[in-house]
Amino acid sequence: MKDALPIGIAYFAVAFSLGIAMRNAGLTSIQGFFFSALNFASAGEYAAVQVIASQGTYLAAALATLIANARYLLMSTILSQKLSSQTPYYHRFLIAFGITDELFGINIAQKGYLEPFYQYGATTLAILCWAIGTSIGIYAGTALPEQIVNALGVALFGMFLAIIIPPTKKDKIVAFFIILSFFCSFIVQYIPYIQKLSSGSKTIILTLILSTIAAYFFPIKAKEGNQHE
Amino acid sequence: MNNWLYILFTFLVSYTIRVLPFTLIRKPITNSFIRSFLYYVPYITLAVMTFPAILYATKTPISGLLALFTGVFLAYRGKSYPIVAVACCIVVFLFDLLF
Repeated sequence: MKDALPIGIAYFAVAFSLGIAMRNAGLTSIQGFFFSALNFASAGEYAAVQVIASQGTYLAAALATLIANARYLLMSTILSQKLSSQTPYYHRFLIAFGITDELFGINIAQKGYLEPFYQYGATTLAILCWAIGTSIGIYAGTALPEQIVNALGVALFGMFLAIIIPPTKKDKIVAFFIILSFFCSFIVQYIPYIQKLSSGSKTIILTLILSTIAAYFFPIKAKEGNQHE
Repeated sequence: MNNWLYILFTFLVSYTIRVLPFTLIRKPITNSFIRSFLYYVPYITLAVMTFPAILYATKTPISGLLALFTGVFLAYRGKSYPIVAVACCIVVFLFDLLF
């Protein structure tokens, strides 16, 4: 229980900062609630919001979501092997909905099969906090003092860093590509023509190019496929 | 452009990604390039979205940069998501308060 408070605060802070981005993109509190409740993904939502802010196409929004959430494909593949083969489909459909980085981290460390009903309790609560936090971020973004809004605004990035930095201890190629990504993402702002693209499009293009280069030159060995172990 | 349609399409993508391995595609991916590509995508896309955006999320780029250093340091030391996210907020708050 002692972990519950920081987790609750962080969830709220991250959802709030996402709400600030959504408000800037022209979404209402109700829309933000459903956006977060249905997608339940910090990076995926943020990537899509970048596209929405520039009124990009639906395809671009879908593509941005796909790329930012691609990691769930891997996590889901790994978690699916922790499901009993007798798990009925309705449980599969429901458990899949709640897959997040935190849930993955908790479950991968546990022995035995996934217990559906245990998941549902934690997931329902998390989704509610997440969606309400987003909603409040959109609604109260202007009402709170600027200093607090500014401070909460970086929560989302803190969360991203907490996902990408720890593996760099063991994988120097990942470390190299993170630094290269920072660098490329910074310089594209100054490259003619490319600088005019929306941030959502830049994210998609840079990710596709850099990941292709990484996969081509530094393919992972079959045994190392599970990066979270 | 309709915001509700954006929400619908992003939801369909988010859910499909999560549910496919649980239902239709139950075998591990064997193609080396695709596996490697999927392995690198999360790190690269999150890195691209974090920087330089973190510099523009705050009042001055300096507090954003401090939040970046704080986040990298704590995450490298193995602190959990909540601690890293909240610590970044506190650094920005204190910096803006003092300067």
